Amino acid sequence: MSIYHSITLPDSLDNLSAVLKTAPENTRILAGGTDILLELKQDIEPSIDLMVDVTSIPEMQRIEERDDQIFIGAAAPLSTIASSALINKYAQALQEACRLIGGPQVRNVATLGGNVAHALPAADGSISLLSLDASAEVLGSNGITTRKLSELYLGPGKTALLPKEVIIGFAVKKTGIGQASAFKRIMRPQGVALPILNTAIWLERDGLSIHSIRIAIGPGGPIPTRGTAAELFLIGKNPKEKIVDEAAEILLGCIKLRTSAQRASAAYRKHLCVQLFKDVLWEAWSRSEMKNS
Amino acid sequence: MDNTKYRIHFIVNGKDVDIEVDASEMLADVLRERLGLIGTKIGCNEAECGACTVIINGKPILSCTYPAVRANGKTILTIEGLAKETEEGICLHPLQEAFIKHGAVQCGFCIPGQIMTSYALLQENPSPSDEEIRYALKDTLCRCGSYPSIERAIHSAEEAMRTGKSVISPKVDDSIRAKNIIGHSHVRPEAMDKVTGKALYTDDLKFPGMLIGVTKRSGVPHGIITKLNVDAARKVPGVVVVLTAEDIPGQINHGLVIQDWPTLVGIGQKVRYVGDAIAIVAAETKEAAEEALDKIEVDYQLLPVITSAVQANEPGVEKIHESGNLLKHIKVRKGDIEKGFEESDVIIERTFHTGIVDHAFIEPECSIARVTEDGRIEVYVGSQIPYQDRSQIAAVMNMPEDRIRVKGMMIGGGFGGKEDIMGQIHAALLAWKTKRPVKILYDRHESLVVHPKRHATQITVKMGAKRDGTLVAVKTELYGDTGAYASLGEKVMTRATTHSTGPYTIPHVKADCFAMYTNNPPAGAFRGFGVLQSAFAIETTIDELAETLGIHPVEIRLKNALKVGSVTNTGQLLKDSVGLVECIDKTWAEMQRLGGDEPFKAKIDPQNPNLVRAWGLAVAFKNTGLGGGAPDKAGAEVELYPDGVVEVRTSSAELGQGLVTVLQLIAAEELGLKTKDVKVYLSDTDKTPDGGPTTASRQTYVTGNAVKGAATALRDAITSVLAEHFDIAPDKIKYIEGLAQVGEQNVTFGEIAHLMQHEGKSLIASYEYWAPKTMPLGEGGDMHFVYSYAAQAAEVEVNSITGEVKVLHVISANDVGTAINPLGLKGQVEGGVVMGLGNALTERFIVKDGYVITDRLAKYRIPSIAVTPEITSIIVEHPAGEGPFGAKGVGEVVSIPTTPAITNAIYNAVGIRVRSLPVDQELIASEINGFQIGG
Repeated sequence: MSIYHSITLPDSLDNLSAVLKTAPENTRILAGGTDILLELKQDIEPSIDLMVDVTSIPEMQRIEERDDQIFIGAAAPLSTIASSALINKYAQALQEACRLIGGPQVRNVATLGGNVAHALPAADGSISLLSLDASAEVLGSNGITTRKLSELYLGPGKTALLPKEVIIGFAVKKTGIGQASAFKRIMRPQGVALPILNTAIWLERDGLSIHSIRIAIGPGGPIPTRGTAAELFLIGKNPKEKIVDEAAEILLGCIKLRTSAQRASAAYRKHLCVQLFKDVLWEAWSRSEMKNS
Repeated sequence: MDNTKYRIHFIVNGKDVDIEVDASEMLADVLRERLGLIGTKIGCNEAECGACTVIINGKPILSCTYPAVRANGKTILTIEGLAKETEEGICLHPLQEAFIKHGAVQCGFCIPGQIMTSYALLQENPSPSDEEIRYALKDTLCRCGSYPSIERAIHSAEEAMRTGKSVISPKVDDSIRAKNIIGHSHVRPEAMDKVTGKALYTDDLKFPGMLIGVTKRSGVPHGIITKLNVDAARKVPGVVVVLTAEDIPGQINHGLVIQDWPTLVGIGQKVRYVGDAIAIVAAETKEAAEEALDKIEVDYQLLPVITSAVQANEPGVEKIHESGNLLKHIKVRKGDIEKGFEESDVIIERTFHTGIVDHAFIEPECSIARVTEDGRIEVYVGSQIPYQDRSQIAAVMNMPEDRIRVKGMMIGGGFGGKEDIMGQIHAALLAWKTKRPVKILYDRHESLVVHPKRHATQITVKMGAKRDGTLVAVKTELYGDTGAYASLGEKVMTRATTHSTGPYTIPHVKADCFAMYTNNPPAGAFRGFGVLQSAFAIETTIDELAETLGIHPVEIRLKNALKVGSVTNTGQLLKDSVGLVECIDKTWAEMQRLGGDEPFKAKIDPQNPNLVRAWGLAVAFKNTGLGGGAPDKAGAEVELYPDGVVEVRTSSAELGQGLVTVLQLIAAEELGLKTKDVKVYLSDTDKTPDGGPTTASRQTYVTGNAVKGAATALRDAITSVLAEHFDIAPDKIKYIEGLAQVGEQNVTFGEIAHLMQHEGKSLIASYEYWAPKTMPLGEGGDMHFVYSYAAQAAEVEVNSITGEVKVLHVISANDVGTAINPLGLKGQVEGGVVMGLGNALTERFIVKDGYVITDRLAKYRIPSIAVTPEITSIIVEHPAGEGPFGAKGVGEVVSIPTTPAITNAIYNAVGIRVRSLPVDQELIASEINGFQIGG
């Protein structure tokens, strides 16, 4: 039995729309395929009638400036994002995350669209995009619409996208003067290559205090999660030791850290969360200072 | 629903390809099966190992998970396209040349992937740093652990490409006893095929009309088959035959020592682990074969599951075999243990746990069987014991052994994991029934679930010593989990037990081991053969004793170390070749050079106070050869051909350890030949004499001696012919640089061959070498004919917040007798450290209630280049009396002390004792930072 019966590789968004209109019920979107092909091969997913491979569509490969935003094609390989000068300049957390996903060969095919559509709560790509307040451009039966990233997740491994909806790309606002982002994660050397915990922070400073901040933690709940209460607490404050300690406590209160078998206990995650939060905050804060000058 | 076909066009290695592919066909399969480009290897088929890496439009890609239709219009480069064919012959790419010269090629299976990934890196970054190499090669796995030499090879190739000069060979110290050939570094003769993708592993063979064989597994850990119906499976289109236990012509069971392992489990019979075979299918296609598996109906009456060795030994538990759950109670007795503890000033007692570890050779198991025109069965397989494969196949087939031919293929890593029968008998059964060639290739999942692994153990050490650190009494109790079937369990746990008190002189010893059956996957041979587990226990305990007594870890080991004249715990007087003290002295000197006067003291990183570093030390010994009274012999033949080339023949396995080179060098040395004039042909039960199992670090010693004997016999035969022909005294004949010097005259080996043929003399000399007699355990005397010794020191960096552990540097000193090929030896030493590091830090094979959780390579992590430390190798050479040129075994001892060296270093850094493997960073973090796991 084959894992899918037919495959089509549309070469433009128009063709993609046309294909999706007539596609059978049991259709799946194939981007890099580094997750879905394995799940199909390993019988975790039932076989598919039609695979719509979206890696030949030029619009979905682009990484480009659009006014005050950066557009990142959903099918651009992670290696391209990781080495992009634009991403390095305007979305550093995303670049750091993309550098860490998989190995080099996997990054040459894996995509950000696939990372988000796979909907894992600690996906490095999702967490970094969440901190950057990314929006997604989604092609559906009504054409292209813009959706908030956080609206794309239903639960662990469950996307809110309809079967025939495709993420075309992501838009993130360029980090400007006084703004910066950072991403870090902690792994264990045994078992599946999923982070025990990852954290991405975007912030804007105003002199010695935080003007605005977004903290994303994975897995901090069933879907990629923001530490909203901690964000609110930090606004207007100088992130010095005591303030950061307090913020970390608040952060622990507003996310859900659970035990996952063979990966980490909730207690370990809590312990790491504080440290990771401090490290990433310090990194982003230092970067924003450099960007200030 | 039928698969849609697609016509695609791409360029591979400069050639246009126009081909029709299935929708879901992956590029690796198209390259290998349709285009015959077998250099691209499939190791895991799940995008984890990197063996299938090819370059697509300049980028390295994993071809096992790349739909072939996506390659349409693209340009592909595979390993076959890297070298240039010129009029003068093949011109290697500098990377290929550098991989050969640096000894980066061991088993060779991952090498196409390593070279292609490296090629892509150098295309993008012509002079990468170490860090950039590690980043680029992070997910291209090498189980031989060649990472340090791969890194050096890339630098060397990059330099050659920049300067346009040829690749420079590395400097590796010669043996202190180097002769003309042996003791100097030589590259492997088979490396050329391995770097060009031409080397043939079993899965690379093709026969017309070959069927695909697959195996129905029990999927339950313990039960009795109450119903088995294969009717529906037989009706699947494309299925040629489905066989069950009823179809077995001969003996049902097989096994290396005890025949307790059913080839197929029939109705009314017991399955004892999830990997038991119930039925086998041969079909025209893999799809048909797999569909048939799904249609086989099996019902079980489930039985209680025994999940650990300790549980298996409890009274009243379910019996897995009729004989009960105890495979063997192994005892070591010396002196009077109670008196010893009474005489001790201090006694400490500790308990340790080690988990199951998988060999994870990158080449999964593959067997191909076919029936020849004269009605014999040929089985092609990468096997560590071809002759025992033959006898086990013959017994089940109910055929005389000489009707079976086992032909060894290249082996993509073994490490002890290719000693047991896997698909060999099944393939033979299917081929016999269908009279067509049948291939059984395990995928990674099946390999992880089915084959025997390293024994999980529980080891308690009670150690008594005088105040000055002199060991007086050591008592150990071991439980070994041998899983569902014996495999080599008794032997492995015997080695664990006899080595459980370490390489020390101890007057009073009592060791008891319970090797137990459980419903876990079987456990058998694995590099270290039980001694990795017991070394972890004893070497941790001795560090604790040293601390308790306030004695330096080096001093306590030197004080008690085995020396010439010592008597081991089994009552063996060591007469020669005991280089342990020198290993410790040299390791300590190097440790001080690198880490200052107090390398065991924790040092905090001034840049980041969360990072703490310290060194740790451990020592080990390991027998060479089977020992324990087992007859240990090897046969070899040496034949001179009319073209002056000499062929060495023996059935001993090249697993990547470098045996081909060792045998080549020994023959060349004895015959005064150049290495290029000596060919080695291994593992063909029709054509090569039995070299015995490739296990117990024995081949250099035992088969090495057999080849030495055969080469000497051939030389003597030649000498006598020359002496007579030229009428000259035999002692006036010398063999130098591939020529016989007969007085003033030089005679080539080609001329010698003609002369001997003319005189009616045989051009073949054979020799059977019997290693020195050994004594069974419990009878005193020499339990083994020689041991190798080692000391290792590891520097670790522990993150005191996260508990993460990084190994920065390992010093590995090994007493190998004589270094026959220092370049090959370096690869064994470095690879042993990498494998030992995996055992300590990354590898955790999980079985829950008899079900394998880590059933994919994605869940079972072997070390990558990213975690490979800097490794300093120190060679110590205390010649073994009867070893060839003084050599003894090295394959295992190099991997044994790594784990306790790392865990002792962790203690020295942060004060946390690791008593269970692998190291759990969460536990370290919780103990340092005082949070409760599970809270």
